[in-house]
Amino acid sequence: MHQLKKAKKPKTKTLHARKDELASANRQLEILNGGLFAEGELPSFKDKISEIGHFPLRPNRLEILQINVGYMCNITCEHCHVDAGPGRKEIMTTETMEMCLEVIRNTGAHTLDLTGGAPEMNPHFRWFVEEAAKAGIKDFIVRSNLSIIMAHPKFRDLPDFFKEHNVHVVSSLPHYTRGKTDKQRGDGVFDASIQALLELNERGYGKPGSDLRLDLVYNPSGAFLPGDQAALESDFKNALLEDFGIHFHSLFAITNLPISRFLDYLIASDNYDDYMYALVDAYNPGAVANVMCTNTISISWDGWLYDCDFNQMLGLKVASKVKHIKDYNEDILNDRNIIISQHCYGCTAGAGSSCQGTVA
Amino acid sequence: MANSYYDPADLRKFGKITEWSEELGTKFFDYYGKVFEEGALSAREKSLIALAVSHVVKCPYCIDAYTKDGLQRGITKEEMMEAVHAGAAIESGATLVHGVQMMNKYNKLSM
Repeated sequence: MHQLKKAKKPKTKTLHARKDELASANRQLEILNGGLFAEGELPSFKDKISEIGHFPLRPNRLEILQINVGYMCNITCEHCHVDAGPGRKEIMTTETMEMCLEVIRNTGAHTLDLTGGAPEMNPHFRWFVEEAAKAGIKDFIVRSNLSIIMAHPKFRDLPDFFKEHNVHVVSSLPHYTRGKTDKQRGDGVFDASIQALLELNERGYGKPGSDLRLDLVYNPSGAFLPGDQAALESDFKNALLEDFGIHFHSLFAITNLPISRFLDYLIASDNYDDYMYALVDAYNPGAVANVMCTNTISISWDGWLYDCDFNQMLGLKVASKVKHIKDYNEDILNDRNIIISQHCYGCTAGAGSSCQGTVA
Repeated sequence: MANSYYDPADLRKFGKITEWSEELGTKFFDYYGKVFEEGALSAREKSLIALAVSHVVKCPYCIDAYTKDGLQRGITKEEMMEAVHAGAAIESGATLVHGVQMMNKYNKLSM
């Protein structure tokens, strides 16, 4: 067994804290729509999906309600598309949560997906989970960064809390080695994550045949696309079991989209052009019909509605009469065109990518 | 014309060789794709072999391609460097084993 270390303070700052120009969604969109795409070197996403008759992109049946309860996070990952971090103050209020609960009780969606930031850092998180669990939605996901469980004594009982409310835990882990994980997420995050996984396993999470679902999310730690999801899952399973005795159910391989801090990293490391070429080269028309915006609605901390979490970060509200949770109407909302830009290539590369892993 | 022999952007254009000889180009890429599929060896193992050979044949395009391929597969830098050493050891061994030929010739010519 490896020695575990305590999580240390994060190594990077958010774009917001740095007052970086990329903290502006408009500046990000300018970059995404300019350069290689404006020069005609690469085809726009709109042109690409027009070729196969998918423009305008339209929703299918709504299956997933994804609620972002705030951008505050205990860690500051280099690749974070939310620009989350300890200094972010955007936190969903109970008033907005009440409106979300009303929607959750009446939705046709079968999955509720809570994300952040670290959703557990919202002071009303536990109350919200308790109330939402009563709605009896089939699959109730909380996206946990794992290290939060070890970050403070008040979070240590989260594994018990999750179990009590039959929450499906989905956790990011960039790699099964300490070096690659800590480089992306900050020193000590790997060991805290391993400790948290052990705690979850102890409650029955992730064990073979267990109904307490524990899935991992893999994001590449750099300017490259994820490899084959099944092969990565097998490598993660073997390594985590052998090194730490850890079990989990599935691994979702998710492509990093060129927005926010990952966009900043791509530009700073002079990888932006090559990454965009790689995304366009890997474009898979077979992934377009099932991209996650076709079955998901993303709700922001302040109640606005988006086609996906990425459009939320780019400030691209749904193109519908219904734009805010207070006016929520699933039929009107589902009759809309999905807003696209060049970042969408991230969801159609290779086997496709979504918050639930590959789609093609 | 570019003023250097190697341009990293040329790697993206590799597929264009088919334009000047469609049959041979297509046959090559079909073969190439098949070679790297899962087989008796895993695609992961083949990626490491390709990385080692890339260094031995000193192909900068191949080194870029298989470093990235290794990262995508979650291969660690330690595994990659060991593969490079395996290639380097064979290459230096191939040089050194000729030392026996030198010794043989030396002995034959010497009284």
